Amino acid sequence: MDLFTDYTLRIVVLGSALLGAVSGILGTFAVLRREGLVGDALAHAALPGICLAFMVTGARTPLILMIGAALSGWLGTLVLLRLVRDTKLEEDAGLGIVLSVFFGVGIVLLTFIQRGENAAQAGLDRYLFGQAATLLEEHVITMSVLGLAALVVLALLYKEFKVLTFDPTFAASIGLPAGRLNVILMSLVVVAIVIGLQTVGVVLMAALLVGPAAAARQWTDRLRNMILISGLIGAVAGATGALISVSAERIPTGPMIILSLTVLVVFSLLFGRARGLVWEWLRPRRVQPAPEVGR
Amino acid sequence: MTTSLVIVLTGVLIAIACALPGSFLILRRMSMLADAISHAVLPGLVAGYALAQGPNLLTGAAGAVAAALLTVVLVQALERTQRVSADGAIGIVFPALFALGTAIVSRFYADVHIDADAILYGNIEFAALDRLLVGSADLGPSAVWTSGVLVALNLGAILVTYKELKISTFDPGLSASLGYSPSLLHYGLMTLVAITSVGAFTAVGAVLTVALFIVPAATAFLLTQRLPVMLALAATTGALAAVLGYGLAVALDASVAGAIAASAGLLFLLAYLFSPYQGVLAHRRQQQRQRLQFAQDTLILHLITHEGTDRSGQESAVAHLRQELRWAPSFADQVVRRVVERGLVARTNGHLALTAQGRIQAQELLRLEQLQTL
Repeated sequence: MDLFTDYTLRIVVLGSALLGAVSGILGTFAVLRREGLVGDALAHAALPGICLAFMVTGARTPLILMIGAALSGWLGTLVLLRLVRDTKLEEDAGLGIVLSVFFGVGIVLLTFIQRGENAAQAGLDRYLFGQAATLLEEHVITMSVLGLAALVVLALLYKEFKVLTFDPTFAASIGLPAGRLNVILMSLVVVAIVIGLQTVGVVLMAALLVGPAAAARQWTDRLRNMILISGLIGAVAGATGALISVSAERIPTGPMIILSLTVLVVFSLLFGRARGLVWEWLRPRRVQPAPEVGR
Repeated sequence: MTTSLVIVLTGVLIAIACALPGSFLILRRMSMLADAISHAVLPGLVAGYALAQGPNLLTGAAGAVAAALLTVVLVQALERTQRVSADGAIGIVFPALFALGTAIVSRFYADVHIDADAILYGNIEFAALDRLLVGSADLGPSAVWTSGVLVALNLGAILVTYKELKISTFDPGLSASLGYSPSLLHYGLMTLVAITSVGAFTAVGAVLTVALFIVPAATAFLLTQRLPVMLALAATTGALAAVLGYGLAVALDASVAGAIAASAGLLFLLAYLFSPYQGVLAHRRQQQRQRLQFAQDTLILHLITHEGTDRSGQESAVAHLRQELRWAPSFADQVVRRVVERGLVARTNGHLALTAQGRIQAQELLRLEQLQTL
C-alpha cells in the first residue's frame, strides 16, 4: 500500500483531505457565532433525506443521495429557526428535537429499506459512520464542485459574514439582512455536511465542523488566518483518518478522522501560539494584589 | 408475558424514566449535554466489557456512568479554560469519546455482542430474550426490571430533592443563598441523566436516547406552565410515544427505537400546533381576535368623530369605510356585522349610526386615548 502508486488510495486520501478543508473553512463562522452544535442537528437531519432519495429514485448515485440529504438538512434548518421563533423553547431544546426526531425518522426509513427486498444493494448504513474506501474519482469531483461553490459564496459574502459575526448590532444598523444571511450561512453548513456524508457519516460529521475551527482559534487572533489554519487542520485530520481507516480492516472512516482531529485539537489547546494553555501555565504568575481590607 | 408486551412495557418505562430528568434539562437549557452524555456512554460500556472480558451488566454500567460523568467534567473544564465556547466544548468532547467507542466496537467486538448499528438504534426488539435469573427462578425479562428500577430511582430522587431542584432550576442565585449548592444539584442531576442513559442506551441506542430525554419534556413544556404538571405530562407523552412507536414499527417492519422517536416528534408537532398556551394556531387566533377588536374600536371612533358634521352622511357609508380605512370588503363586512351585533351601531340603507350604547363606548375610548397622550 503506497500513497504515491496506489490510485484508489490516492483518491480516498484526496477526497477526505478536501472534505476536511471545506468543513474546516465553513465551520469557522459557525464556531465563532457559537452555533457549533447546529451542524450536529443538521447532519443528523440529513439521514431521512438520504433514505427518501433512495426510495424514490431507487438509485444509489451519490449526487442524488446528496440532494436528498441537502433538502432534509435544509428542512431541519427551517424547523429549528421556526421552533426558536414561535415557542418559548431555547435553542438547545430546538437542536435536540430536530436532531433526534429527524434521525429517528431516518432510522425508521433505513431499517424499512434494509428489511425490504433490495437489502443487498442498499448499503445505506455506511452513511451512518462513513466509509471512505468507497470513494471513487467521480465522487471526489462532485465533492470538489460543491465545495468550491460553497467557498465562492463564502468569499463573495466574506465582509457581510464578518460584520454579522463580530458586531450584529452594527450589521443591523447598516441594513444587512441578518435573517437572510443567517439562512445562507446555515445552507453553507448543510453543503459541508452533504459533502462529508459518504466519508464521515451523519453521526460524527458535526465534529469536523467544530474541531478544526476550535483548534485554529488557538493559533491566531485574525479571522483570515483562522480560516486558513482551520482548513489546513481539517485537511490533515481528514487525510490521516482516511489513511488509518483504509489500511486497517473493519474500521469505519468517520471515527478515525474524528480521533485524528481530536489529537490536533488537544495539541492546539495546549501549544497554540496565540492562546495555548501551556504558555499561560509557564508564564510567571503575577502577584495577586492584596484584598482590600474591609472597614 | 408475550414478546410484544415486554417490548412495549420496556419502551414505556424507559420513556418515563427519561422524561422526568429530561424536563429539568429543558428548563435548565442543557438539552445538548444530554446528547453528549448519551453518546459518551458507549466508550464506558466498552471499557466495562473489556474489564470483565465479556458483557457484564455491573462493570458495563459502572464504566458507562463513569464515562458520562467524565464528559460533564471535561466539558466544564474545557469551558473554564475560556479557549472554546460552551457549545464548542460539547462539540469537541463527545464526538471524540463516541468515535473511540465506535472504533473499538467495529474493530474488536463487531461479531461478538454489539454491532455498530445497534449503537445508534439499540436492540429493544430483543428485550424479551434476556431473562433475570435469581438462582434457578426466572423473574422475567431483565430489560423490564432495569427500566422499572430506573423509573423508581428517578422518581424517588426527584421527589426527595424536589424543592431544591425547583429553586436551583428557576433561580440559581436564590438557591445558592439558601445554601443549596447549585453545583452539587447540577452533578446530582447529571448523575441521574448518566444512569438513565445507560439503561436507555442499550434499549434504544445513543441518538434516540436524546429523543426520549428531550422531546416529550419539550412537548410538556409547550402545554403547561406548572412544574408538577409538566413532569406528569412529559412522562405521559413519553409513554404514549413508546406505545405509538411500537405500533408504527410493527406496521412498517422497521426499527422500534426509530419509530418511538418519530412518534415523539409527531406528538410534539401536535402540541406545537394546538397548544392552548404557545400553539401556533392559538397564537394566530389571538392575533385575529385582537385585529378584529381593534378594527371595531377604530370604526366607532371614526363614526363619533364625524357625527354631526357636514360630511357625516358621506363618512358613515359602508362603502366609504373600505376606502378610508383601507379594509378589504370581506373584512369590513365582518367588522360592521360585529358592531351591529354588539348593539353599538345601527345600520340603515348602507349608512351607519352610533346607538346610545355605542356613543358611550366611543366616548370611553376617547377618554382612554386622551389619558394615554398625557
